[in-house]
Amino acid sequence: MPATPPQSHEDAQREFALTLSGFSATDKPEYEDYSRCVHCGLCSNNCPTYRLWGREADSPRGRIRQMALVDQGRLEIGDTFVTHIDRCLNCRNCESVCPSGVEYGKILELARAQIEQKYKRPFTSRVLRDFIYRRLLPYPKRIAAAARTLRFYQRWGLASLARNTGILRLLGLQDRESLLPKIDSNFFFSELGKTFPAQGRQRARVAFFAGCVAQVTFSELNRATIRVLQANGCEVVVTAEQVCCGALAAHAGVRDVARNLARANFSAFHADDFDAIITNAAGCGSTLKEYSQLFTENEADLESACKFSAKVRDISEFLADLGLVAPLRPLPMRVTYQDSCHLVHGQKIREAPRKLIRAVPSVELVEMALSDLCCGSAGVYNVMEPKAALDLLSDKMHHAQQTKAQAILTANPGCILQLRAGAAIHKTGQEVLHVIELLDRALIKS
Amino acid sequence: MDSHAINDLKKLLGADAVLHRPEELLLYEYDGSVEVARPNCVVFPRHTKEVVGIVQIANRYQIPMIGRGAGTGLSGGALARQGGVLVVFSRMNRILEIDVENQCAVVQPGVVNADLSVAVAQTGLHFAPDPSSQKASTIGGNVSENSGGPHTLAYGVTTNHVHSLEAVLPTGELVRLGSPALDSPGYDLPGLFVGSEGTLALVTEITVKLTRLPETVKTLLAIFDTVDDATETVVDITARGITPAACEMLDGWTIRAVEAYVHAGFPVDCAAVLLLEVDGLREAAEQHAEEVADVCRLHHAREVRVARDARERDLLWKGRKNAFGAVGRLSPTYYVQDGVIPRTKLPQTLRRINEIGEKYGFEIGNIFHAGDGNLHPIILFDAREEKQFQRAVASADEIIGFCIEMGGSITGEHGVGMEKDRLMPLLFTEDDMNLMRRVRDAYNPVGLLNPGKIFPDTKGCGEIHVRPLPVAGASRA
Repeated sequence: MPATPPQSHEDAQREFALTLSGFSATDKPEYEDYSRCVHCGLCSNNCPTYRLWGREADSPRGRIRQMALVDQGRLEIGDTFVTHIDRCLNCRNCESVCPSGVEYGKILELARAQIEQKYKRPFTSRVLRDFIYRRLLPYPKRIAAAARTLRFYQRWGLASLARNTGILRLLGLQDRESLLPKIDSNFFFSELGKTFPAQGRQRARVAFFAGCVAQVTFSELNRATIRVLQANGCEVVVTAEQVCCGALAAHAGVRDVARNLARANFSAFHADDFDAIITNAAGCGSTLKEYSQLFTENEADLESACKFSAKVRDISEFLADLGLVAPLRPLPMRVTYQDSCHLVHGQKIREAPRKLIRAVPSVELVEMALSDLCCGSAGVYNVMEPKAALDLLSDKMHHAQQTKAQAILTANPGCILQLRAGAAIHKTGQEVLHVIELLDRALIKS
Repeated sequence: MDSHAINDLKKLLGADAVLHRPEELLLYEYDGSVEVARPNCVVFPRHTKEVVGIVQIANRYQIPMIGRGAGTGLSGGALARQGGVLVVFSRMNRILEIDVENQCAVVQPGVVNADLSVAVAQTGLHFAPDPSSQKASTIGGNVSENSGGPHTLAYGVTTNHVHSLEAVLPTGELVRLGSPALDSPGYDLPGLFVGSEGTLALVTEITVKLTRLPETVKTLLAIFDTVDDATETVVDITARGITPAACEMLDGWTIRAVEAYVHAGFPVDCAAVLLLEVDGLREAAEQHAEEVADVCRLHHAREVRVARDARERDLLWKGRKNAFGAVGRLSPTYYVQDGVIPRTKLPQTLRRINEIGEKYGFEIGNIFHAGDGNLHPIILFDAREEKQFQRAVASADEIIGFCIEMGGSITGEHGVGMEKDRLMPLLFTEDDMNLMRRVRDAYNPVGLLNPGKIFPDTKGCGEIHVRPLPVAGASRA
């Protein structure tokens, strides 16, 4: 049950003065978690926002310090705190280098949950967040409806009309438009409830997690994922009642929505019936694997969460473990791989996608510098903080271009959108593909 | 602080490069140590000219100024002990020149240590000083603290890898110290400035030496049932004229903490392990590795493992490099000490540290750069209890006292800063320290640059240094 946000600054101040801690009792960063940070600062150079601005407040250590200060009653949850916590990409690169094992992603999301409870955002921001997290993403039908509207805009030339008349520029949206996904003609929603048989001997029976927005913008990636699984001996069940994983809501601190979505997915997937629950989105995968963090109190839900999460596998992780058996034709091309943050830092999976890429004959994998540094996509970050996202993207495209690769491969739909925008803005002429799309392209189809 | 001074700084650097609101300053009151001190203002210069301007403004208003890199220091060297303007070099982070043929590079002070090695990796060169903080700490900070690391034993400390410096004196003059050539006529001023803990000048450009990567590296893990066997092995190896590239020791308590988390394959029932590395040309490295293994066995090593490939080597090092973090999982706060003893005194020192731990009722783990006799005892305590923190400091002081008794020193690599100034008289006479103060005063006559560091200053108001409680966590090596 989320607390009602304070109605005014005075209310917030009064509460601040009454309790020593600036945090409420529910969904807060716990001392035991944040005090693991011994402020050694080894994370700072791996933090994209610290690298951009060089400021302590925008480093992992500084953000944790700000949480500790709020908990001690030395800092209020005001504009400054919110700005620096908002600016975090939640890429979790800091977790990969932290010698003390601080679970940064977990405490960041709890700090954001506190902001949800205790801070009143400006009107437009409140309306926008309420629409995205509470009214749109949880409802597949609304996503489909919104996508149809956007598709109409894209197909009927209104986009170029808007561009040419400079309306977008007036609204400050000219950069963001390039980040908008192209809406599919054939939504993936139509595949829900279907079962796809294994080709050859059945080696595994898996459930496929299709995502939310991905069903209207990455339908072909989803279909490719199913084809690659089938070709490698997996029966694939696309469970009918599945909903959004709740990652975006959880990242934004809207935990009640994330919890409800998680519960809906517990019922939609009977984890015992499958060898694995597969996702091709690293961002979804890391949340699906960490559902237990949403349920610390309720034991029944916690048990369901653990049971569900134990079955979740990223597609590259699953296939690399299972081993590829489908014959692949040579694809003579030079590629580079951009680590998706929530795969490499969130799920600690670095080798699996590279192993799959190397499995394709004639593909040459050239590593780019800083491949595990965020591209700036970060869920909805590129929409909320476009300037920082584009600065990070610019560095990323520079490194990608230096490899002279024809294609940039990655492991998450959000990253694909961002990198495609990067290739267009910086005119690198590089194709951007999911690792699975490369495998699908190499499949010898009968 | 004078609002005119802040306005002048904003005019010079732009509003984006000057922080002065209380909630912003709270984030510059700490570094990697347990010390706390808050500046009045934080500035981010982008080039040398701006640094000169900052120093002029500080002089005009008589405000202390303190240089800071990434803030990973472990003795409060980059904290504003007496307030003032903190000059943060995080935006002066460009590599200006790489000269592969002459094996040197020119960098701004905010370049991160490891970034330089990554930038030159393809040429087969690297920047040799390897403090454990190297992924984040800046070369400017390494210069100020004269940083060392596990490979110091063979490669030397930062000062051995610095050719020349460009620096702004606290009085505002821009000077160049040393020459890019291998030998520099006149006084060895870079030698004086490197390791001066930011009390002589603000360094704005550094010409560093780049070192060829060794052809072969052999990493060995030797496992011992008694600590004395392990320490005697260290003494014996060096006595035979073998200089390992690294020689690290972890005691049994630390090994159990590490293994629970890293799974580096360290046996949890042993008393100590030595992590040894030899490098060089293939034949020499292999021969030295054999000799080192023989010495270990001679001193009753239960087992000697040699890493077969890069992956096994990385795993062994992961066990060492994550040791402090692993301890952090046992206790949210701990205090890492940094002392030096002659390596021949390792056995009795370790026994004494155990006794001190028992006396104060703390668990103390031990990680050493054993080849250098550089100790890092880790004292576990709970920061939420004030008395515990004071007792932790008291036990640490007792350990340092014993180091000095053994003919050692109060710091191996973390520096004196504001953590150990009160211990300096244990090592130096008043005359010794006055000589050093006179050197400082020659460059830093008014004491505006990084005041209150290194020496227990009798000047001024005779402040009593009371340590505030750390918010969370403590320091590491």
